[in-house]
Amino acid sequence: MNGEYRLAYDGGEDAFVAFEHVQKSYDGETLVVKDLNLTMPKGEFLTMLGPSGSGKTTCLMMLAGFETATHGEIKLGGVSINNIPPHKRGIGMVFQNYALFPHMTIAENLAFPLEVRKLGKAEREQKVRRALDMVQMGEFGSRRPAQLSGGQQQRVALARALVFEPELVLMDEPLGALDKQLREHMQFEITNLAHDLGITTVYVTHDQTEALTMSDRVAVFNDGRIQQLAPPDELYEAPGNSFVAQFIGENNTLAGRIKSMRGEDVTVELDTGEIVAAKAVNVTGAGERTLVSIRPERVEIDTEKLGPDAQTIRAEVLEFIYMGDIFRTRLRVAGRDDFIIKTRNSPDQRRLKKGEVISIGWLPRDCRALDA
Amino acid sequence: MSATASDQSDAADSGPVLAADGTPLKKSLNRALRAQKLRALALIAPLLIFVLMAFIAPIGDMLFRSVENRIVSNTIPMTARVLEDWDGESDLPPPATFEALYYDLFLAAEARRHTRLGTRLNYEQTGLSSLFRSSGRGVDDVGEDQRDLLEDLDPQWEEAGFWHGLMQGNGDSDRALLLDQRARLAALAGESFQGDIGFTPGEDIVALLPQTAREYTAFALFTVIEDEDVVAEEEPWESVYTALVQDLRTADLSLYSGPGAAELTRAQAALAELPPIDFAAAFEQIDEDWIAPPVWDTIKMYSPDYTTGYFLNAVDMQKTTDGPEMRPEGERIYATLFKRTLFMSLMITFSCILLAYPVAFLLSNLPMRSANMLMILVLLPFWTSLLVRTSAWKIMLQQQGVINDVLVWLGLVGDDARLVMINNQLGTIIAMTHILLPFMILPMYSVMSTIPESYTRAAKSLGATNWTAFWRVYFPQSVPGIGAGSILVFILAIGYYITPEIVGGTTGTFISNRIAYHISSSLNWGLAAALGSILFAVVLVLYWAYDRIVGIDNVKLG
Ligand SMILES: Nc1ncnc2c1ncn2[C@@H]1O[C@H](COP(=O)(O)OP(=O)(O)O)[C@@H](O)[C@H]1O
Ligand SMILES: [Mg+2]
Repeated sequence: MNGEYRLAYDGGEDAFVAFEHVQKSYDGETLVVKDLNLTMPKGEFLTMLGPSGSGKTTCLMMLAGFETATHGEIKLGGVSINNIPPHKRGIGMVFQNYALFPHMTIAENLAFPLEVRKLGKAEREQKVRRALDMVQMGEFGSRRPAQLSGGQQQRVALARALVFEPELVLMDEPLGALDKQLREHMQFEITNLAHDLGITTVYVTHDQTEALTMSDRVAVFNDGRIQQLAPPDELYEAPGNSFVAQFIGENNTLAGRIKSMRGEDVTVELDTGEIVAAKAVNVTGAGERTLVSIRPERVEIDTEKLGPDAQTIRAEVLEFIYMGDIFRTRLRVAGRDDFIIKTRNSPDQRRLKKGEVISIGWLPRDCRALDA
Repeated sequence: MSATASDQSDAADSGPVLAADGTPLKKSLNRALRAQKLRALALIAPLLIFVLMAFIAPIGDMLFRSVENRIVSNTIPMTARVLEDWDGESDLPPPATFEALYYDLFLAAEARRHTRLGTRLNYEQTGLSSLFRSSGRGVDDVGEDQRDLLEDLDPQWEEAGFWHGLMQGNGDSDRALLLDQRARLAALAGESFQGDIGFTPGEDIVALLPQTAREYTAFALFTVIEDEDVVAEEEPWESVYTALVQDLRTADLSLYSGPGAAELTRAQAALAELPPIDFAAAFEQIDEDWIAPPVWDTIKMYSPDYTTGYFLNAVDMQKTTDGPEMRPEGERIYATLFKRTLFMSLMITFSCILLAYPVAFLLSNLPMRSANMLMILVLLPFWTSLLVRTSAWKIMLQQQGVINDVLVWLGLVGDDARLVMINNQLGTIIAMTHILLPFMILPMYSVMSTIPESYTRAAKSLGATNWTAFWRVYFPQSVPGIGAGSILVFILAIGYYITPEIVGGTTGTFISNRIAYHISSSLNWGLAAALGSILFAVVLVLYWAYDRIVGIDNVKLG
């Protein structure tokens, strides 16, 4: 399915983290991770994004050493770590439920990794204080985890993962249990910390907004494979296949068949007979079935704005939703009832009425012909 | 004016908050909650009643029995009362005591209750059981000469009807005496002596011959209610004659003109010829022990309604005339038993912890399917009878048993040096550890299965070795399970009975075996109750200490 996209990081030679043809099966029957190839340079913030069960946690656990790869090699700093036990890998981890030791105070929790590394008491205390200050939890050292709120526990977990100064930090849905506002705040703090400290971070989430706002690069997982590995803007603007297009952001799809293909430009005959021009992404030739995808915000109702080579099509208004900053309109287009367009609430914007038949349009380069 | 108005509004502000309909909010809330509370109460009522009847009440009864001692004052009430005034300085109590004992014992013997008292007092001093049994028969002969004289003098004295008329009198009757005697018999026989008996003592005769009237009333009650005969047709007991003999020595008959006045006057004159009845001598004749001071010391010591005697006994002490003191060295058994029970229960608890921890750990870390399989194995013993399991251990551990045979076969021990593993402490510890193991595994497992794997993973990611992660992170969180299991096993062990009875021999038995012995063999329920109460108190104290040291909130079952 994933053919020609760029999976490997360009500077693959001096990769800090590398998965090479890694496979994983728990039961010996099904592969949970299928041929994973991934390299990360030092200091990168990489997010694994994907629906639940797509194998993200498994990848993270293989990297941390809690699961063994069934096949393939995992390298850290150029050295294979397949046979190194977790406690010798020196990788910081933040767990979804924080995993703060309930029988220890916050300070003891933070001192734990330093203690097992046999650091002196004075040095330990100094590092603990620094780490707690770093997450603004300085006054809470003597409390127990149960006496802290979710957000505070989250910060402590972060501080604990960082206090022994690991070069690589793994986070498995660390913000999953927080409310929206706190989550947005913590996203910001985590990225800032990671960049300030120059830590390499692998971050797992199923929340696409989180992935897009935090990461240098995002690896979209589905079905045990990386579907696309790209910076957030590229992922959104140029989804490599229809899964990514659907999974990231909102997307309109129209099913059809390739009529003709010339280089990147294809014409597609929709199932209802309309002919549209589109840009080929991962289709190979005429006659092939395809899904053309257009982002709702790239569709215009004022087709004149678009210029001469715009693609226009008739649409019937089914629903008009006022959402404050934008208008969201559901249309019937080429036989589909779920075609969405978004228009900005600007002074001259027309408010559509239900039942109205209009003409909508888009530029062919915003219309991407993907695998069906 | 304005001041008043503001006062009023203040009062309204600080007064009770009112509901919409004007009633105080508290009240209407209570009313709303009452139905809910009643329903909750109805739901727990069956259990509550069951617990009250099957648990709280028996415990209360047990605590009560361990100090209750009314058998003496119920069986020989008059003697007990006289003994109260005896200071115990003299060797023997005053002569009146022997007379009181005569009447008490006579009635008790009629009701066949004197042997029970003998048994009870025999716990405190051996020999008293046979003393009371023989005396029950012997009292019939006391005052025989005087009685014979009376009967020879006037055949009327052998007439049941004459006696009935004499005692009934013609005037008012004395209901108080009747009530007293009903109560005396009820206390003695432990059953109700209510109902019409066709007799009430006359007031005149009660005043004239108080002892005779008393004994006759008791006789009448017993005859009608216990023997289901008619009073007026039965010749009175010997004790009634004896009472008459005693009464006539002091009665002033000059003013009496009721039924039988002539016979009484004649009897008084004739009896004056004979020496008075010497009750002390009579008892000496029945059994010389009656003039041995220790007997009376014991009876006096145990005549109050409540006694510390059972408890003193249970801690190897005894009551003496100089207050409680330790028993002689050779007779101390209970302290040893208590210590042994505690020690062995601790050993059992400890070995259960050692064996159960790895199993519970494995159980909580295995995948669901294998965990269920293992769980069934853990629970398997529960499906086998306790008796079977214990007997199996007997077969395993005995000198000609499986384990010894295998060891001999392997050449590890010689055939002539087979190990003794049964009928001693080792046998009890082995068998009980096996039997109580599930009670340790289950709470441990339920605690351990709530410890997320992410804690140990976090510890390892922070650089801890497997051992450090276990010891510093996993183990502290599993302690509540150990606590819960330990309390459960320890408390079960400390009161265990069957297994030590079967495999314990003489050195491996528990205090509970002794309690069972006193309940079913020696029938000394008071001592059994005192031992049980002490055991109960020990458990409570240990529980309290555990709470102080470990904290009971640190115990959880999941
Ligand atoms: N310990 C395990 N044993 C067996 N199967 C597992 C185990 N952990 C995860 N899986 C399976 O592997 C697949 C991927 O799981 P996971 O990596 O947790 O996905 P994600 O984190 O993306 O939601 C799922 O189908 C899950 O059921
Ligand atoms: Mg996951």
